[in-house]
Amino acid sequence: MSGGMSAEPRPEARLVEVRKNVLKQNDVLARALRERFHEAGVLVVSLVSSPGSGKTAFLEKTLTLLHSRYKVAALVGDLATENDAARLARSQAPVKQIITGTVCHLEAAMVRDALADWDLRQLDFLFIENVGNLVCPSSYDLGEDLRFVLLSVTEGEDKPLKYPTIFNSADVAIITKADLAAAVEFDEAAVIRNIHAVRPGMEILKLSAKTGEGMAELLQFLESRRTHVRSAAAVNR
Amino acid sequence: MHELSIAMSIVEMAQEEAESRGGVQVQAVHLRLGLLSGVVKEALLSSYEMACHATPLEGSQLLIEEIPIEVFCPKCETPRLVSSIQWMRCPDCGTPTPTVLRGKELEVVALEIRDSMAVDLGVTE
Repeated sequence: MSGGMSAEPRPEARLVEVRKNVLKQNDVLARALRERFHEAGVLVVSLVSSPGSGKTAFLEKTLTLLHSRYKVAALVGDLATENDAARLARSQAPVKQIITGTVCHLEAAMVRDALADWDLRQLDFLFIENVGNLVCPSSYDLGEDLRFVLLSVTEGEDKPLKYPTIFNSADVAIITKADLAAAVEFDEAAVIRNIHAVRPGMEILKLSAKTGEGMAELLQFLESRRTHVRSAAAVNR
Repeated sequence: MHELSIAMSIVEMAQEEAESRGGVQVQAVHLRLGLLSGVVKEALLSSYEMACHATPLEGSQLLIEEIPIEVFCPKCETPRLVSSIQWMRCPDCGTPTPTVLRGKELEVVALEIRDSMAVDLGVTE
């Protein structure tokens, strides 16, 4: 099989122009979701990371902290098991598990279906935890306002360079497990340099869901972004 | 690895297109693939073969044109091609360039088709 683009079709064949985006179906659904989110005035944040970087702990802490003042909810994608949803339910926020089966990423249709019986107008924040995977989720828009890519201090500092596409598709980088930084001799300057090499100017927050370090800054960031979404929704109404 | 589901979408799209043109036979699918699309060329090529299996596209080729990453340099005020996905900076002046203009494509651009008449006459490949 040849991988190159041949200039001329084979003798008996003719070339017809098509021009169709392969992920068009997903993109159309994601756009519709984004419009719904904006109309409802809910800030939607998706989380991507490798397995084990602390997405669920981060989410549990965030939901718990926001829950006292805001209406928050979460969708959690996993290949199998509802363990994450059970863990997150401890935060008191409504949580729904999306079991993807063999699919290694969430798609807009899965998000739409999971939200079918939720009234988005009742929500201030919605979090969507993607399947633990730093490759596949990068291609699929879920209609989110912000995509957070999580990276724990126990992972290699060069991870952004190894997975540049997902870092490039994300809006904010969250460095997790900050409480372990000293123990693993985490080189923060190197990580920041690497993140900015693949995504110049990217916002970076460092925190620990365990000790609470950096969580205040995160909440402040989320609240300010939600204000933007709200005022945009008010203008459109 | 999501290349298989993407390959299946490509096969489906090509099949629909062929049917809308009266059941022509597809010999090749031309695809534009951006280096920032999140799809790996080699994995897509082998997935394509699998996705074509037992469909009217069996034996067809996937011809991939890779699209480099083009960014807008705010200092040079012009589009530039970055030299590496790991170094999103203007190759000339070194300014960080977060604005991506090209390189996320995942697009079927054309089909090579053979009219069914030729198939009926038993024209070999």
